[in-house]
Amino acid sequence: MSWIRALVAFAAVSVALVLQVSLFPHLAWHGIVPNLCLLVVVGAALTRGPQFAAVLGFVAGVALDLAPPADHLAGRWALALVIVGYVAGQVRQGGRHDTRLSATTVVATVAASSFVGTSVFALTGVVLGDPVAIPELLQVIAVAMAWDVLLTPIVLPPVMTLFRRLEPSLA
Amino acid sequence: MSPRRERRWRGPDGPPASPALLVALVLACLSLMTLDAQGGDGSPVESARGAVGEVFGPVEVATATAVRPFTAVPRWFRSRDALEQDMLDLRAENSQLRSDLATEDYNRNRLAEFDGLTAAARSIGSSLVPARVVGMGSSQSFSRTVTIDAGSDAGVSPDQTVVNNDGLVGRVLRVTRTTASVLLIVDADSVVGARVGRSMQVGLLHGRGVLGSDGRLDLELLDQTAMPTEDDAVVTWGSEAGGPYVSGVPVGRVTHVYRSVRESAQRAVIDPYVDFGALDLVGVVVPAGTASDRSVIEADGSLG
Repeated sequence: MSWIRALVAFAAVSVALVLQVSLFPHLAWHGIVPNLCLLVVVGAALTRGPQFAAVLGFVAGVALDLAPPADHLAGRWALALVIVGYVAGQVRQGGRHDTRLSATTVVATVAASSFVGTSVFALTGVVLGDPVAIPELLQVIAVAMAWDVLLTPIVLPPVMTLFRRLEPSLA
Repeated sequence: MSPRRERRWRGPDGPPASPALLVALVLACLSLMTLDAQGGDGSPVESARGAVGEVFGPVEVATATAVRPFTAVPRWFRSRDALEQDMLDLRAENSQLRSDLATEDYNRNRLAEFDGLTAAARSIGSSLVPARVVGMGSSQSFSRTVTIDAGSDAGVSPDQTVVNNDGLVGRVLRVTRTTASVLLIVDADSVVGARVGRSMQVGLLHGRGVLGSDGRLDLELLDQTAMPTEDDAVVTWGSEAGGPYVSGVPVGRVTHVYRSVRESAQRAVIDPYVDFGALDLVGVVVPAGTASDRSVIEADGSLG
């Protein structure tokens, strides 16, 4: 039932988006919050590969671009998360899909994905002429990466279990 | 999709990474950006934003309401004793100030909650729709925007001024039925016409896109010879039509003054009165007599 999978995946992205916008600002450092949508996309990439993750990344990115209070040019997070899904999916592609990934691999993938995702978003901003200073940009990327790695042990196991359950033929 | 076909599609070593799909998705992102950049208010992206906002807005409101009691806990522990004393003092003072205003118990209770906003409404001299911040854009997006729980049903419309009891917060970008997106004045794209209170010089305030203790604004004065002094108060300048910013709202105070030889303008750094990291209760400035789904705080301090 592929539409049920799609629905569950979309629900996971929506929950991540709402928590990111309404709950985590209370814990934010200088307004930088963990990018839960990115974590969900990485979780999908590590369990189901680059195809699915790139599509989910696109959906999650468009949601991030359009849901209030977003005001940047639509499509920027979508581009960033498509690339993240595709790149993170390559990690799973490399190993055999029936072997579980080690914790170190997962954390490293999250760190790399967070760096790539935030950087791609920031770079599209630079290309489009957003008035952002580079030192501030690097600081935001670093803190966002720390946040994402910090939340990996909490968010990734349930997300990966969820996506593994959605895929019984490959379990 | 049948299980057999799916297995074949994925292959024994996981699904093959299809470059065609990646290219298609990237192109979709780029065309979305182009659509959004080209189209004005009537663009399809803007209507998609509206539709997504109608769905996610109420969910954000519900989530923020659910987590509000928990986010208040640390503050409660930290400052309970101090607050208790303050509260006693303030209550005595308030009851005296309010005695002529509050005619009913009901009104008095509601006024207590919006006391700060009431003062703001009085000093600005216009009506305010009270609202709470229910969502904040992340710093990773490099734009400073928040969602508030008042929308077109509450009488809020785009380009209205948003204040809280400390001063100017920002302006409304777009509204859904139940929520509105607000651009904070610390956003790097925000420009506010401002006036230095003491000397009446006018200038433009630019945000730096930073929250927290470094959340400053840059004031560029139009008069090259004018020189603001430190600790001068800065208020909004406002246009005749009143939009997007109404005039006379306090913004912040001058902390540094720079004289640039190369550029032909004075530059001053403004420390805003509003703490943008801890925004909660805000008010949207609306025309008097606006129909709203909640009580509007009128300029005379009464609830309409």
